[in-house]
Amino acid sequence: MTETMTMAKALNAGLAAAMDADDRVLLMGEDIGRLGGVFRVTEGLQQRFGEGRVLDTPLAESGIVGSAIGLAMRGYRPVVEIQFDGFIFPAFDQITTQLAKLTARHEGGLQLPVVIRVPYGGHIGAVEHHQESPEAYFAHTAGLRLVSPATPHDAYWMIQQAIASSDPVLFFEPKSRYWPKGEVDLDDAGIGMHASRVVRTGTDVTVVGHGAMVSMLLDAAALADEEGTSIEVVDLRSLSPIDYGPLLESVRRTGRLVVAQEAPGNVSIGSEIAATVSERAFYSLEAPVVRVSGFDTPFPPAKLEGAYLPDVDRILDAVDRSLAY
Amino acid sequence: MSYTAETLQLLAPDGTLRYSDETDRFRDRVDALDETTLREFYRHMAVTRRFDIEAGNLQRQGQLALWIPSIGQEAAQVGSGFAARAHDHIFPAYREHAVGRLRGLDLTRIIAMLRGLTHGGWNPADTGNFHLYTLVIGSQALHATGYAMGVRFDGLVGTGDPERDTAVLVYFGDGATSQGDVNEAYVFAQSYQTPQVFFLQNNHWAISVPVSVQSRTPLFRRPAGFGIPSVQIDGNDVLVSYAATAESLDAARSGEGPRFIEALTYRMGAHTTSDDPTKYRTNDEVAYWQERDPISRYETFLTARGVDAAFFEEVRQEGEDLAADARRQTLAMEPPPADSMFRHVYSDEHPLMAEQAEWLARYEASFEEQA
Repeated sequence: MTETMTMAKALNAGLAAAMDADDRVLLMGEDIGRLGGVFRVTEGLQQRFGEGRVLDTPLAESGIVGSAIGLAMRGYRPVVEIQFDGFIFPAFDQITTQLAKLTARHEGGLQLPVVIRVPYGGHIGAVEHHQESPEAYFAHTAGLRLVSPATPHDAYWMIQQAIASSDPVLFFEPKSRYWPKGEVDLDDAGIGMHASRVVRTGTDVTVVGHGAMVSMLLDAAALADEEGTSIEVVDLRSLSPIDYGPLLESVRRTGRLVVAQEAPGNVSIGSEIAATVSERAFYSLEAPVVRVSGFDTPFPPAKLEGAYLPDVDRILDAVDRSLAY
Repeated sequence: MSYTAETLQLLAPDGTLRYSDETDRFRDRVDALDETTLREFYRHMAVTRRFDIEAGNLQRQGQLALWIPSIGQEAAQVGSGFAARAHDHIFPAYREHAVGRLRGLDLTRIIAMLRGLTHGGWNPADTGNFHLYTLVIGSQALHATGYAMGVRFDGLVGTGDPERDTAVLVYFGDGATSQGDVNEAYVFAQSYQTPQVFFLQNNHWAISVPVSVQSRTPLFRRPAGFGIPSVQIDGNDVLVSYAATAESLDAARSGEGPRFIEALTYRMGAHTTSDDPTKYRTNDEVAYWQERDPISRYETFLTARGVDAAFFEEVRQEGEDLAADARRQTLAMEPPPADSMFRHVYSDEHPLMAEQAEWLARYEASFEEQA
């Protein structure tokens, strides 16, 4: 059965499905109960599942993640919501020194199925700390898994796959994509959460991105097509581990790669992809891998975000630079 | 620095047992302790101290990267540890060797960690629910609170069935009380009315920084601000440590929410073998606490009750045997294979772990081929 819905609704339905399937699944976070979350992703879930399974927690991110770790030790599967990307850092220590390492510290005697949902990224005109893309900090940390859906379909399935994982998963939700609608196949996930996927085929240049960047890459590809440039678009989907298979296969055909991301480029997911593709597909490359990123500044005041964030023009400019080699 | 008018104490430093209006409520709990248990208190304190000395020696002889001595804190640990029931869960910091031992932890597991062979290395299911040590100060307070939330969600609080009602006991030190995580743990514990006892061993020094820098308020008063009932006890008195913890655990198990105990004790040795306490504290201070030693006062108490020299000799021998055995085992400990570092980073399969383990194996094999 296929249904058309927003990503916010798809996440809501995915969370509900996971809670129906396993009564050890708990939701925790700030304002997620009565209010349904600041983005309404958890709307109605407290009414449906009760205050014992959808917890409006005290306002303390480290406390939320630290207590989620304890709950996971007790056999629960907590799904934590961090209200906004820039609010994750009070929990950074619990995530990177505890959550990420406790399975290794127990030498296999402990699984930690904790999911941390992080609404992230720009394009929403919000105040400081509400538009950031902090994924690289966490991708650098062993013991964590990171995924980011780009569509309602993937959101519906990947949140369930993340909850089913035996490992901690940081689930980055592109908040600028919460409201556009898309088709969700409620019967078939298609692929696992750690697989990357070609979402538009092309022959001249490969472009890759994740989260909200994917729709922008598709827009850029449609425009380029009018000008006679054929762009292949890869949706990364998983940021850690990165599934290089479809990406390398694509680059070996096109010979060119542009990596796009909202995050600052310095020591980023895009840097890692550029390095790895250069190592593994060197003889296929006709041009250096080109990165299109946010600038290496703090995320600027909202009125400047248009100049800060990569847009279709900057992506096409990068495509042109790649083709110029 | 020292005991206050509010410090609960049963066993005075001279070894005499006295009840006051404040401590009379512990009389039944102490009277209920049989002769064997009273002796076990002593055995655990004395044997663990002997082990501790041996581990310190092993470090000095280059066999361990580090040792974390617990000498001086045995009464706080043994009394509180004994108060926990078998199905209770214990989240230690990293100095609770005596608690670990009485819950069934083989102390050489701690040696293995400090010899650089493992970052943890025991499974709480095999060690009487004694969880792993946590080296980042205070982080475990939140894990304990989350665990206790789970116990409550599981309905194992206030059922009236002592076999089912479960509590969580978490240890931390005076330095940890300044950490945000510990204070967030108080908040969450209160919000969710967790079946939990916070057990603070105030040993007066966070490495070189005196407790007066952590707090100008007696630390047991802080939780009161969170609405958590708290007491301050003489942490070098094993009987009050036992009785106060048993009382608090009972309240937690019965659904009354979290409790807090500040045990005033003293770290007789260094923070770890990496520091030199003579640089930051005086001989007079150490001498003051030496006179309040937890084991010697308890030995005086037992002797006055008629426990004979043969028992103390037996315990002394047990300590010697444990120390010798620990030394033997330590010297035989070999590092794990290099590829073990990839094994448990994730529970599910992970391509980077597989790739890098394979790369390392090939790389190491390449030297063998050359040789």
